[in-house]
Formats: sequence, structure tokens, C-alpha cells
Amino acid sequence: MTLTFIMVGLIIAGLLVWQAENLWLGSAKWLSLISLVLLSTVFAVFVLNNSVANEDFVQLQVLTRVAWIKTFSIEYALALDQLSILLISLTLLLAFICVLVSWREIQHHVGFYYFNLLLSIAGIIGVFVAVDVFLFFFFWEVMLLPMTAIIAIWGHEKRQFAALKFFIFTQVSSLLMLVAIIATAYFHLLQTGRLSFYYPDWLLLDIPLEISQYLMLGFFIAFAVKLPSVPLHSWLPDAHTQAPTAGSVLLAGVLLKTGAYGLIRFVIFLFPQASVQFAPVAATLAVISILYGAKMAFAQQDFKRLVAYSSISHMGFVMLALFAFNTIAYQGAIITIVAHGLSSAALFALAGMIYHRIHSRSLTDMGGFWHSAPRMGGFALVFASAAFGLPGLANFIGEFFSLVGVFQVLPAFAIVAAVGLIGSAIYGMVLFQSSFQGEPKHVITDLQLRELLICSSLLLLLIAIGLYPMLLLKFSFGVM
Amino acid sequence: MTTIPLFHVLILSSLLFLIGFVGVVARKNTLFMLMSLEVMLNAVGVAFIGAGSVWQQADGQVMFVLILTLAAAEVAVGLALLIRMQNKYRSLDIDLLNQMKG
Amino acid sequence: MLLASLPFYQLLSFLLLITFGKKLSWQLAAIISVSSMALTVLASTILLFELSASENQILNVNLWHWFDLNHALGKSQINLSFYLDGLSAVMISVVSGVGFLIHLFAAIYMKSDENFARFMAYMNLFIVAMLILVLADNLVLLYLGWEGVGLCSFLLIGFWYHEKNNVLAARKAFIVTRIGDTSMAIGLLLLFNSFGELNIAAVTTLVQQSSHSVSGLSVEQTNNIYWIALLLLGGAVGKSAQLPLQTWLPDAMAGPTPVSALIHAATMVTAGVYLIARMHDIFILSPEVMNYIAWLGAITLLLAGIAALAQTDIKRVLAYSTMSQIGYMMLALGAGAWSAGVFHLMTHAFFKALLFLTAGAVIYALHHQQNLFKMGGLLKKLPFEGSLFVVGLICLMALPGSSGFFSKEAIIAQLWSSNTAGPLLWWCAILGALLTSIYSCRLFFLAFMGTARFSDKTHSEKNILLRSALIILALLSLFGGLIPLDLTLVFPTELAASIPEILEPSWLHTLAILTPFIGILFSWFYFKKYRTSRVVGSEYNLSASESRLVVFCRQGLGFDSLYSLLFIKPYQWLAEKNKHDVVDQVIMLNAWYISLWHDALIMMQNGSLRWYLAAFGLAIMLLLGVSFL
Repeated sequence: MTLTFIMVGLIIAGLLVWQAENLWLGSAKWLSLISLVLLSTVFAVFVLNNSVANEDFVQLQVLTRVAWIKTFSIEYALALDQLSILLISLTLLLAFICVLVSWREIQHHVGFYYFNLLLSIAGIIGVFVAVDVFLFFFFWEVMLLPMTAIIAIWGHEKRQFAALKFFIFTQVSSLLMLVAIIATAYFHLLQTGRLSFYYPDWLLLDIPLEISQYLMLGFFIAFAVKLPSVPLHSWLPDAHTQAPTAGSVLLAGVLLKTGAYGLIRFVIFLFPQASVQFAPVAATLAVISILYGAKMAFAQQDFKRLVAYSSISHMGFVMLALFAFNTIAYQGAIITIVAHGLSSAALFALAGMIYHRIHSRSLTDMGGFWHSAPRMGGFALVFASAAFGLPGLANFIGEFFSLVGVFQVLPAFAIVAAVGLIGSAIYGMVLFQSSFQGEPKHVITDLQLRELLICSSLLLLLIAIGLYPMLLLKFSFGVM
Repeated sequence: MTTIPLFHVLILSSLLFLIGFVGVVARKNTLFMLMSLEVMLNAVGVAFIGAGSVWQQADGQVMFVLILTLAAAEVAVGLALLIRMQNKYRSLDIDLLNQMKG
Repeated sequence: MLLASLPFYQLLSFLLLITFGKKLSWQLAAIISVSSMALTVLASTILLFELSASENQILNVNLWHWFDLNHALGKSQINLSFYLDGLSAVMISVVSGVGFLIHLFAAIYMKSDENFARFMAYMNLFIVAMLILVLADNLVLLYLGWEGVGLCSFLLIGFWYHEKNNVLAARKAFIVTRIGDTSMAIGLLLLFNSFGELNIAAVTTLVQQSSHSVSGLSVEQTNNIYWIALLLLGGAVGKSAQLPLQTWLPDAMAGPTPVSALIHAATMVTAGVYLIARMHDIFILSPEVMNYIAWLGAITLLLAGIAALAQTDIKRVLAYSTMSQIGYMMLALGAGAWSAGVFHLMTHAFFKALLFLTAGAVIYALHHQQNLFKMGGLLKKLPFEGSLFVVGLICLMALPGSSGFFSKEAIIAQLWSSNTAGPLLWWCAILGALLTSIYSCRLFFLAFMGTARFSDKTHSEKNILLRSALIILALLSLFGGLIPLDLTLVFPTELAASIPEILEPSWLHTLAILTPFIGILFSWFYFKKYRTSRVVGSEYNLSASESRLVVFCRQGLGFDSLYSLLFIKPYQWLAEKNKHDVVDQVIMLNAWYISLWHDALIMMQNGSLRWYLAAFGLAIMLLLGVSFL
């Protein structure tokens, strides 16, 4: 019930915030912050109190199961395991960051903005907890719509186009997923004589390979778009660039992770054989993503676009690691998911702060910020180094584990992927040096208290995971 | 009394219809379009009469009376619209009325 | 416990300096950074005594558990732990000792810089990373230090970031070394895959066990070891500025002079040498790679020597000389003369730091003039700096009695009869020594002899701390060769590497000792005009030769333009051509196709009644026609 309470709570809070802004100007951000604090506390208390009873959530623990649409035996079923707890924690953390970065940036339709923000966070949490696959699909759509609205209404100059592109890419791919969902449910009917969308039921299915490979492909394409993987990545640079800062943070930090989560839960665990058979293709795509993303990032002149392409490169590591079917690589993928969530969120937040000061995202307009904003420069340096995998920060652990794991299974892929490390150093240098070094072009104010809070919290987490990864590694995350 | 073969009647009727149709399509003036429309209606009427006399049925003449009534009503409405159009656009050019374009 | 805390004094100082930054006065910032360095020196001295008192000459301390790696052979635990043996003891004494003196120098040299606190903070951070590098007990931690020093080097080269050139030099240094680092990272992957361990001691034991076992190494293992050694060599080559990744070092001289002394001469660039010495058990099993190392070292030492002959910038001469001296160390390692290589590393750290710092003092005295052809006659004007420079050069040329003599002779002596080196490489080393003495003389003549080719008054820094730092370094350079360095516990296999059967001609040693003198004699006459530079007509008539060959050598023998042509230009071209993402464009073709239909259908819906009617009639006729047919 608590999970439902959190999601409904977020939606109700969103509605309240929307109305409250009309009554008292400036109340929306405070109310969203307070509701997030309350609901996160509820979540944390719930998880801590119930971890013993649920064997530390090593296995998927079904917490709620009610019939929803009886005709098709669709249920309202929610469950938690370590993976979803981790991702929900990341979501809630980044939700705070989102509210904080929007503090000054959003100036019109403020109430409606926070409503959309909270609604999409509710949808994302729903995606991570739903174990009825139809319900999963439902939440998948719920998180999509407010996100599109955020891009389309509060975005930058080409926001309509970017929002439309984002929407169409996701929608078309999720239609493929819907077909695969219905087909799998129908297969369940054929095999057991009853229709079921219930994920634990599906895990018991024994689908012949020649069918399951197509079903797997349906799911795979949907998640590969979301992840994103070359060649289905091209919505991402536009969406990231045009979205408001909080939109980019949420997109890079969490929305991409729903793709990775889907790959783990609905591709690899649901169709293990078909995934193994498909692994060479997926790994090739992943390696291409790594190199292509790094190369494209180097070519960009737009701060946010550069970071967006670097996301493609990093998520390539996640996909490569997942399709290596190796424990170390799997752990690497999980850590990369978290680390990239933090570091790219931080870089986008920085981009927002710079945009707030100079009203441009172009690297050619930047330069020499270090002179007037040394604090910001220091943070930018650390976040850029996190992006190119400096040891001691979380991303290194993720990439190192991924590479070690992949090397044991697919050495050639690991070697080519490792070349991506050079590429990431190149774009990281370009990003940092063209904005913070060189001849000073603007005099900007250094970080304010609120911005300092955002940056330092993300930095501390990156360092903590980098130097003490056992924080995460002590959990198994349903290891394969 | 020599009977006119139905075939000839049908040819006359379809020629008249074609003339009317071409008139509707080719004329820009709405008044002439209405007149061409009358021609088309009457072409159909001719076909009905011919068919009625061939099959010795009253239905053909009934239909013709119906068409006549219809044509009268149509002309009444059409001319009324025409006057409104003349008032509004100071012209009877039908191509001015293209506000429904995609 | 002392070992565990070794890098943390500096870390604390770094954090203090970076947090308070410009709020600190010069005194406070200097005291914080230099005293933390002094603490490090103190701690490492105590550690050296503890080490020699300990049972097996090894100290170990575990800070915390970093992570575990699973492998088919078992679980490997990667800890943040430090490991001190004879080799890392040499390194920490060099890093903390030379580091302390350079910190002291820098605190005064950089006094007037507005970002003084930031500079000292970076220097401190560098020492932290360097100490972690040399103390790491596993290769992942070593990699952490390795990347950390790279980052600090990047920050310090680009310290004066307003200048576009400094920024580019910093970027180049970072990316070129990163290429080597990536090779090293792949080496680590392969190493872990083959042995299931990344702990250095454990890897060593495993390698020794399998090579001493009855069956010996399997073909696959030998193959793996070959590749591991080659990939690790890639990392070492990048960091130590050896062929083919040497191009970043001369540009790195864009940084402040203390940085060049500390990072790009004494400590960081020798990390590659340290890595190979540390992993020597793997390299021993792969004589081919040892041979490659020797050849890389020899070629680098010759090329760098030639390039040094044509430089006009005093710091670039020293940079090329660093490259060439590290070439000697590589040559030693390749020949299996481990302790000679490490010995040369130590003495080189002393005298090269001295040379750089004295050069810094000279540059400072001449109002930031670095061009050799605008100097001259400095021995009279700056007698203190001049005499110290002479000391440094004597060591660099390895004249008998100096520290450089002991270490370089130790290397050369082992080359002839080594398995993996041989007479040819011996001749390379001798030729290198000749080149060294020639470019040293040219440098000395141009800068310190002849007549002054500048008009400004010199102002020598007379600060007692700065001068004492230089004097201590000079003493170390002169007498550092007498430090007894016993690394037999670390390198027990060393003696086996040379084969006593090969007869060495008796004139070998005599020639080796004589070579520098031949060089000096040659330069004395060949560079006569530099030495005397009589005033003929104009006073400033001396200028560098602009012949093609000289310019070619000055620009580092064309490697920069070659790499630019081979790698940088194609990558930039690709990036430029594909700026708009061809994949995106292909996908957006769908959108274009749909909008094409959209436009076509819009043309049909033109709102003209007669058009609709005509279409209607046409369609009916078509339908009728079709139904009749």
C-alpha cells in the first residue's frame, strides 16, 4: 500500500501545488520540496522497516496485488527488489535536484510545471515497481506525457520540434512493446489456458526460441530507444538540448535508466535464451554507441548537446555490460547506471547554471569562466572527470567493472570499448577547457548557496561511490 | 407514330448531361454554373421520360415531376445564395469561395 | 599506521587551500602547503628506518576494502592498501624529498601570482596522487594514482589558462597520456583475465609459480604475458614520454617552472619506469618485450638528444634532455638492469630538478625570457645560479664523480652483455652520452658564456629559503651517487639476466668514461661563436640557424605533424563532416517523406469547388471505364 500511497501522494501533491501557485505566488516550489521530503521519508522508512521481513529484497517481493481489469485478468500488482529500490532512490534524489534547479529558471505557468514534474516522477516510480506488465506499460505512458509537456512548454527555442520527436520515438517504440506484451500474454493463454499479464507468471513460461526471439525483439527495441542505443538515439540530443534544465536532469538521470531497467527485467530475465542468442548484435550496437557517442560529443558546439551525446556513449557501456551475462559486468552496469545518473545530472545542472548567467549554451560563447567563478570551475572539472572515468569517482568503478566483466566473455568488444575511454577524455577536455579555460569572455557570479548545495551533494555521492563502492556492491541486485 | 429508340434518347440525355457538367466545371460565374446544373438535371429528366415510355410505366413521369420540383427549389435557394454572394464579394466568381482549402 | 597516513597530510593541505583559496594570505598558504610537505618528508624518513628495521623489508597497511572482483579462479579482493618495499621506498624518498625542495622553491617563486593558493593546492594534490601511485599494492589503486597525476599535470600545465597555447598544451598532454593509459587499462583487463588477480604481490607470486612449475608456462600463458607486458609498456611509454607517445612533453613546458621540475622531470614522468620496474616479473618472462623496451629507450634517447641540439627555449632543451634521460632508464630496464635504472631515476630526479629550478631562477632574473639566444654572459651576472647550473650539467653529462656518472655508468656497463640488449644498444647509449654532452655544452655556452645579448638589468632572487633549496639539490646531485641503493630484495633475478660467458672488450669502460669529454672537446671548438660571441657590429647578432634541418629538429623531428596528419586531422574531419549526425538524418528521412505526402495532399484540398467537381467527374469516369473493361 505504501508504494501506491507514494505515487498517489505525488499526484495529489502535484494537483495541490498547481492550485496553490494560483493562490500564493512562489508557493509551488516550496510545496513540491516539502511533499518530496515527506514522501521520500515514507519510502525510506518503509524500506528499512520491511527489509527484514522481505529477506532484504533479494528476490522480487510482491507487495500489492489487486484485480484491475477482470476481463483480461489485468492486475494492479506492485513489487520491490533491490534493483527497483536503488532506482527509486536515485529518482527521488534527482527529483530534489530537479526542484532545486528549477527554482529560478521557471517563470511562467509555475504551478502547472511542478504538477508535470511530480506526475512524471510518479510515473517513473510506477515503472520501477509495476510487476503486471500491462500496468508497467501504463506507467511507461504516464511518465512520457508530462515529460513531453515539460519539454514542449518550458523548453528552449526549438522545444516543440524536440518534444514531438521525443514523443514519436517513444510512442512508436512502445507500440512495438505493446504488441510484444499482448503476444506474450496470448502465449500464456495458449500454454496454460488462462490469460495473464502478471510478471512472475511470465517468468514460468517456457517459450520456444523461435517465438521468444521476436517477443524479445519487441521489448528490446522499446528499451533500446529509451536507453538510447545507436541507431535509435537521435531523439536524445534534441530532447536534452531543448528541455529545461530539470527536464534534462530527469531525462538523463532517470528516464534513460528506465530503458536499462527494462532491459534487465523484461529482456534478459524474461527471455534469457533469446537474449544470449541476440547478445552479439546487442554488444555490437553497444560498442558502436560508445564510440559513436564519444565522437559525436566531440563535434558539438552546444554544451548540453555534448553532454547528451556523452550519455549515449555511457549508456553503451551499460548495454554492453548487460549483454555480457557476467556477474562483474552486471555489477558494473548497475554502478554505471547510478554513476551516470549522478554525473550527467550534475553536468546538465551546470549547463543550466551557465545558461542562467550568459543566456547561451554555445561553447563558443563561453571561456575563461574559471576567472570569475572558480568554485563552479572546480565542480565542472570534477564532473567532467567523472564523465571521462577518473578513478576515485563512481563512473570509473562502473566502467572498470563493465570492462573487466565483458573482457572475460567478449574480449574483442571490451578492447574496442576501452578505446572509448580515449574518446571520452577528448570530449571531456573540450567541454571543460572551452567553457572554463581560455581568455575570459564573461564575468559571471560564482555559485550561490542553492547551487552549491546541488553540486556538492552530487559530488559527495560520486566520490563516496568511487572510493567506497561496497555501498552498492554489497547488494546483489538479483544478480544473474 | 414512329417510336424513338431508347438508345437515341439515352445518347441525347448523356450528351446534355456532359454539356451541363462541362459547363459547371468550366464556368467561373456562379450564375452560369446554376444554369448548367439545370441542364444536367433536365438531361436526367429526359432519360427518365424515355425510359418511362419504353417500359410503359408512370414512374418515369413521376420522377420527372420530382426533378422539376427539385430544380425549382434548388434555383430558389441557389439564386438567394447568389444574391448574398454578389452583396458580399461584389462578384459571382466561384473561385473566391475557397476558404475550405486544406 | 604512519604509512597509511602518508598521502593524507598533503590531502588535508589541498582541501584547506582549495576551500579557502584566495582568502588565504601568501604566508598562510605557503606555510600550510610547505609544512604539510615537511611532514611528509618526516614521515617518509621515519618509514625508511622502519622499513630497514622490519623483518622482510616490506611494510603493508590496509586502509579499507575497495571492492571484490570475481573470477573463475576465485575472488580477488581489491583494497585501498599501501605496500612499501625497497623500490617504493626509493620512490617516496624522491617524491617527498625533491617534492619538498620544489615546494619550498615554488612558494617563493610563485609568490606574486594571484592564484598562489590554487597553485600550491594542485602541487599538493599531485604529491597525493604520486604517493598513491608508488605505494599502491594493487594495479587498480596504482591506476588511480596514475590518472590522478595525469589530471594534476593537466591542471598545472594549464595553470595560466588565459593563454590559448597553455590550454592546448594541457589538453595534448592529457589526451596523449590517456592513450597510453587506455593501453595500460586493457593490459590490466588481460592480466586479470589470465591470472585472476590484480594485487601486485599476488600477481608476482602467481607468475613466478607458474614459470617455475614443472610444466612451465603454457603457450597461451606465454602469449598472454607477452601481450600484458606490451600493453603495460604502452602505459609506461605514454606517461614517461617515450617514443611513440613522447610529443606531449616539450609542450608541457608551458606550465610554471616548478611544475616542470616536479612533474615533468623528477617524478611523474618516471612513473612509467616505476611501473615496469614494479612489474618486472612479468617483463622478465617476455624477453621480446624487454628487447622492445631497450630499443624504444635507445631510439628515444637519440632522437631527443638530436632534438635538444636545435632548441632555442631553455626549458625545451631541458624537456628533451629529460626524455633522453628517461630513455636511458628504459634502456636499463630493457636490458634487465633494474636497479641501475631505478638508481638513474633517483639521481636524474636530483639533477634535473636542480637544472629546472635554476633555469627557473634564471628566467625569473631575466624577466621571463626563455630564449637562449637572448641570454649570454650570465655566469658573470648571475654567479650563484650559474654555478649551480654547472653542477647540474656536470651530473647530466655524467662527468666522473657526479651522481649521474655512477648511475649512467651502471647502466652502460650492463648493456653489452645483457640478453635483451647487446653491443648495438651499447653503442646507442654511448652516442647518446656524446649527444648529451654536446647539447649541454651548447646550452651552457649560449646562456652563460659570451656576452650578454639583453639590455634589461637582471634581478636575482636572493631569498634565503629559495637559495637553500637550490643548494641542497646541488649537494644531492653531486653526492647522490654515493647513496647506497640495495634493491637485491626487490630484484633478485637481476644477476641472472647477464651472461658472464660473453667477453667484454677491455676498452668498454674507458670509452664510456671518456665519451662526455670528447663531447665537451668537440663543442668547445664547434660552438666557438656561442662561447665567445665577440661583438661584431651589432651587439645582438647571434641568432639560431633557420635551415630546414634545424627547424625540423626543433619541432621534435616531425612527430607532431605526422600525428596531426594521421590521427587528429581525420578525427576532426570526421567530426566536422558528421556534425549533424548522419543516423539522425537517415531517421529524419521518414519525417521528410511524410511531410512530402502532407504537402501533396494539401494541394488537393485547395477549397475550389470546380476542382472538386472535376475530380469527382474524373473519378466516376475512371470507375466506369474500369468497370466496363
